[in-house]
Amino acid sequence: MNEPLVQIKNLKKYFTVRTDFFGRPTSVLKAVDDVSFEIRRGEAFGLVGESGCGKTTIGKMLVNLYRPTSGTILFDGRDLTAMDEEERRKCCRDIQLIFQDPYASLNPRMTIGDIIAEPIRINHLLPSSEVEGRVNYLLGCVGLANHLRNRYPHEFSGGQRQRVGIARALAVQPKLIVCDEPVSALDVSIQAQVLNLLHDLKDEFGLTYLFIAHGLNVVKHISDRVGVMYLGKLMEIASKRELYEKPLNPYTQALLSAIPVTDVTRKKERIILKGDVPSPIDPGEGCRFASRCFKVFEGCDRICPPLRDVGNGHLVACRLYDTLVGSADSDSVSQ
Amino acid sequence: MLLEVKHLTTEFHLKKGVVNAVDDVSFSVDKGEILAIVGESGSGKSVTSLSIMGLISPPGRIAKGEILFKGNDLTRLPLHELQKIRGDQISMIFQEPMTSLNPVQRIRDQIMESIMTHMKLTKEEALRRTVEMLDLVGIPSPEARANDYPHQMSGGMRQRVMIAMALSCRPELLIADEPTTALDVTIQAQILELLYSLREKLNMAVLLITHDLGVVAEAADRVVVMYCGKILEEADVKTLFTSPMHPYTVGLLESIPRLDDERERLSMIRGMVPNPLHMPPGCAFSDRCDRCMEKCRKHMPALVPVNGSKVRCFLYSEEVEEDRHE
Repeated sequence: MNEPLVQIKNLKKYFTVRTDFFGRPTSVLKAVDDVSFEIRRGEAFGLVGESGCGKTTIGKMLVNLYRPTSGTILFDGRDLTAMDEEERRKCCRDIQLIFQDPYASLNPRMTIGDIIAEPIRINHLLPSSEVEGRVNYLLGCVGLANHLRNRYPHEFSGGQRQRVGIARALAVQPKLIVCDEPVSALDVSIQAQVLNLLHDLKDEFGLTYLFIAHGLNVVKHISDRVGVMYLGKLMEIASKRELYEKPLNPYTQALLSAIPVTDVTRKKERIILKGDVPSPIDPGEGCRFASRCFKVFEGCDRICPPLRDVGNGHLVACRLYDTLVGSADSDSVSQ
Repeated sequence: MLLEVKHLTTEFHLKKGVVNAVDDVSFSVDKGEILAIVGESGSGKSVTSLSIMGLISPPGRIAKGEILFKGNDLTRLPLHELQKIRGDQISMIFQEPMTSLNPVQRIRDQIMESIMTHMKLTKEEALRRTVEMLDLVGIPSPEARANDYPHQMSGGMRQRVMIAMALSCRPELLIADEPTTALDVTIQAQILELLYSLREKLNMAVLLITHDLGVVAEAADRVVVMYCGKILEEADVKTLFTSPMHPYTVGLLESIPRLDDERERLSMIRGMVPNPLHMPPGCAFSDRCDRCMEKCRKHMPALVPVNGSKVRCFLYSEEVEEDRHE
């Protein structure tokens, strides 16, 4: 197994919603609450969860759009959270982001060629005479014809714009690309094209992906390992095979069963969760999922289970599996 | 037949030319049936539903065809007649529960408005019915929530309110335009379950407009596949998913990421939807089709019945569509 490229330890991001007279927080939104995981070199790590679970916030902290409240992010052995601004900015070159909305993430006043060339110029990666060749090369990589470089974003369809976004991310030769729902704004037939493109580019450029999505079916093809989040907490991490064949956390099970299947011959038993995702503002003590869980039992609303290894690199945060952990003594449970 | 759409053509007159967003579309919905219209963006599925509701405004207009609801042609009805049917016998839920509710009005008043317009009820009776409807769509403590404003509710709740509003006058036909697209997967499952159970309970027909074939497989009885304003295939749901005929349907089904396959790469449909102002002269899908033949580029195939389904492709029939208006 490859060594980790990114190690996230006890990462937290809190947003203060309300303060008292002295400016002390009285109400806190825990967007990301004590999350730890690692992304190995050359793998695609899928991060899945519903809206408001904190998956995008993690992505934004990786690319320095948010400062973490506490915790560390080790990238290539260096702590991103301890760097000064200057150093951190240099590190940004290695971590690039592909955005969800291809309509909002490209400057409408710049040509496609300029959009892709901009990161190269800013970082002084190439003498200006070579920039053009590089842009043409990148356009080719993402399957766009060279002559399109002088066009503006509004002349392109959603799928093509997303290709431009990918080319821009590739321009600075990053090590890690954070893909934040790159296909959820696209039509089904175009989704498959972009997913395949991302898959090919990963092998070609030796990239590592953090692939953020809200549906488990989309990440399945591209990911090697998948983490499932709910309300700021990681509920389960496992290899792709383990997670889809043997989901342990009740939330993962519900999420898997909620995906509509196109197989009409086989009617599956569906787990319908009750209620809505609760608010992440001032969450309670216990397991975040307890209010909607269909396997909830005595104590779930008080004790927050930590993410623990149940064998085979399969990590799960649920008290149902206390016995599987073996030496799961009660004091390691209280966190 | 509850609803029969015959040769509907809806066009938009733009500066650059005329776009036929819906091009000679015919289908019918029976009592108590769920018919799904599937298609990608620009396929004309939403314009079809707006045409039925009489919500097409300039530069768009219904150029041809009839929309028969219980024998009455909706396209010819005067506005006040149409308004009696709209919201009462036909109602609609929209894609965006966030933007289709009035933000400065209580949920209660918004639902009561349509009840009081169409049913001769007093205020108290209308309020009682409102609470009843909110209860029916599964909103907990409906009396209290009726006083909420839309911003106090989550997306799933708002969609339930929209459904409650649409169902408040017991419509015979519900048009649901992408009812679950803006929602999370676990909430989507709840809403689909709800629509399905309400259909049984109220025996209403549903015209489900969606781009998600998964949703179609779960909910619909019959499916119409649209592409660039044309119906390419029509079949009952089992037939469509077990033996799709049109290459577009086949490609669409194969390009969906599924949980139960081990492929490294997804199969895909190459290229993209043609510009509606510059349609290819023949079959609209010919540029992207792997089984495209010489004549596909020149002639538009006709929609012909094959084994109980209908398909528009030269692979199954030699028939050419006549009466092309270009």
